[in-house]
Amino acid sequence: MKPAPFAYVAATSVQHAIEALAAAGGDGKIIAGGQSLMPMLNFRLVRPSVLVDINRIPGLDRIEDTGKMLRIGALVRHRLTASDPLIAHHVPVLHEAMNHVAHHTVRNRGTFCGSLCHADPAAEMPMMALLLDAVVEITGPAGTRHLPVREFLVASLTTDLAPDELVTAVEIAKPAPGTGWGFAEFARRHGDYALACVAALVESRDGAACNVRIAAMGIGDTALRLSAAEAALEGSGFSDEEITRAVSALRDEIEPMSDLSGSADYRRHLAGELARNVLGEAWRRAAPEVPA
Amino acid sequence: MTDTGTVAITVSVNGVAHTREVEPRLLLSDFLRHKLGLTGTHVGCEHGVCGACTVLLDGYSARSCLTLAVQVDGCTIETVESQGTQDALGPIQAAFRDHHALQCGYCTPGFIMTVADLLEHHPLENDEDIREALSGNICRCTGYQNIVAAVRELAKARGPLT
Repeated sequence: MKPAPFAYVAATSVQHAIEALAAAGGDGKIIAGGQSLMPMLNFRLVRPSVLVDINRIPGLDRIEDTGKMLRIGALVRHRLTASDPLIAHHVPVLHEAMNHVAHHTVRNRGTFCGSLCHADPAAEMPMMALLLDAVVEITGPAGTRHLPVREFLVASLTTDLAPDELVTAVEIAKPAPGTGWGFAEFARRHGDYALACVAALVESRDGAACNVRIAAMGIGDTALRLSAAEAALEGSGFSDEEITRAVSALRDEIEPMSDLSGSADYRRHLAGELARNVLGEAWRRAAPEVPA
Repeated sequence: MTDTGTVAITVSVNGVAHTREVEPRLLLSDFLRHKLGLTGTHVGCEHGVCGACTVLLDGYSARSCLTLAVQVDGCTIETVESQGTQDALGPIQAAFRDHHALQCGYCTPGFIMTVADLLEHHPLENDEDIREALSGNICRCTGYQNIVAAVRELAKARGPLT
């Protein structure tokens, strides 16, 4: 239960971190909060030759309002995301989701970007980034590139990040004012990994739903956007019948796995019922469009 | 590049500055116990699940088993030894004793340090809040009831957060 030996670089700038990764020749690993990486190091599931610590790089620990977007830096810890007034105001669904991320001690250290890079299928950050159509800012030897999170998340615990690249921020477009939202998670114990979790966003135009976004996790190999259920509700009036149709579309489009915590059938049922509640909640919160 | 040799770090632990040579892979929990002889910090699961090794890092609770000693160079650490002595228990320790909030005591240092952070930073307005706030620490003896009672009393004595 101790990490294998590695060299340690306390990076002082993004450039320094990139150089250290390059010098490690593909065998370097970035550490930020370490709340996912450290257990893997302790179990020796990962054995990097060089650990590049970004905790001392100035300027990465901020949430910034860039106009249409909120920019979450690579060292923004869950504690800050949970308490930040910009997030609470513009992205209340994320503010709510933060209450379900592990517990205070892990939130004190763990970061939004780190959780995204770890890409655990049962973690909230990848799912919320998918829901919010986040864009990942990646810096490497060739400069900075921006990648939609749908392309960034490749598979369970696997991302598009190259071994010589660093995620420097995640950008989230502010949902339109009046966007309704809902979030529900079911876990055996608060802060534990979810058996299922569903979140939704919806805008209302003349009583018709538009820009319906539904994401879920705990019910597949990765966090998911549920496009069949979204399509079933786009343009609808969110009646009980329409929501029921979307719930059955959702149950058809997911392939949960059975494990010690629950069978696939149970998870499929649970995800549907969570979605039913979340969708109703989102629609109730969606402000009717104010006539011009 | 793959120099895994030792690194000199200076850490303030319970108000005393300590300078030691450490391997980069040395966990903070092992640094405290093996290098400094501060065995109050207990090691349970060593992968961040049980909470027994919780300490304060710059005033906020952190798992010392999920932190490397090299990462805390220049930082301030507080362990359960900062909270009181056998002859003069600190207020959190006294509340735990008064409420019989421990039996075997293995998890207790982690609970004490978690509660030290909670009392500084969290409202703890009702038992539901308190239970949620303690959910990162596992106790296999008490059933938590008496730990919640101790924290309830401490939160009441503290009053609302300013």
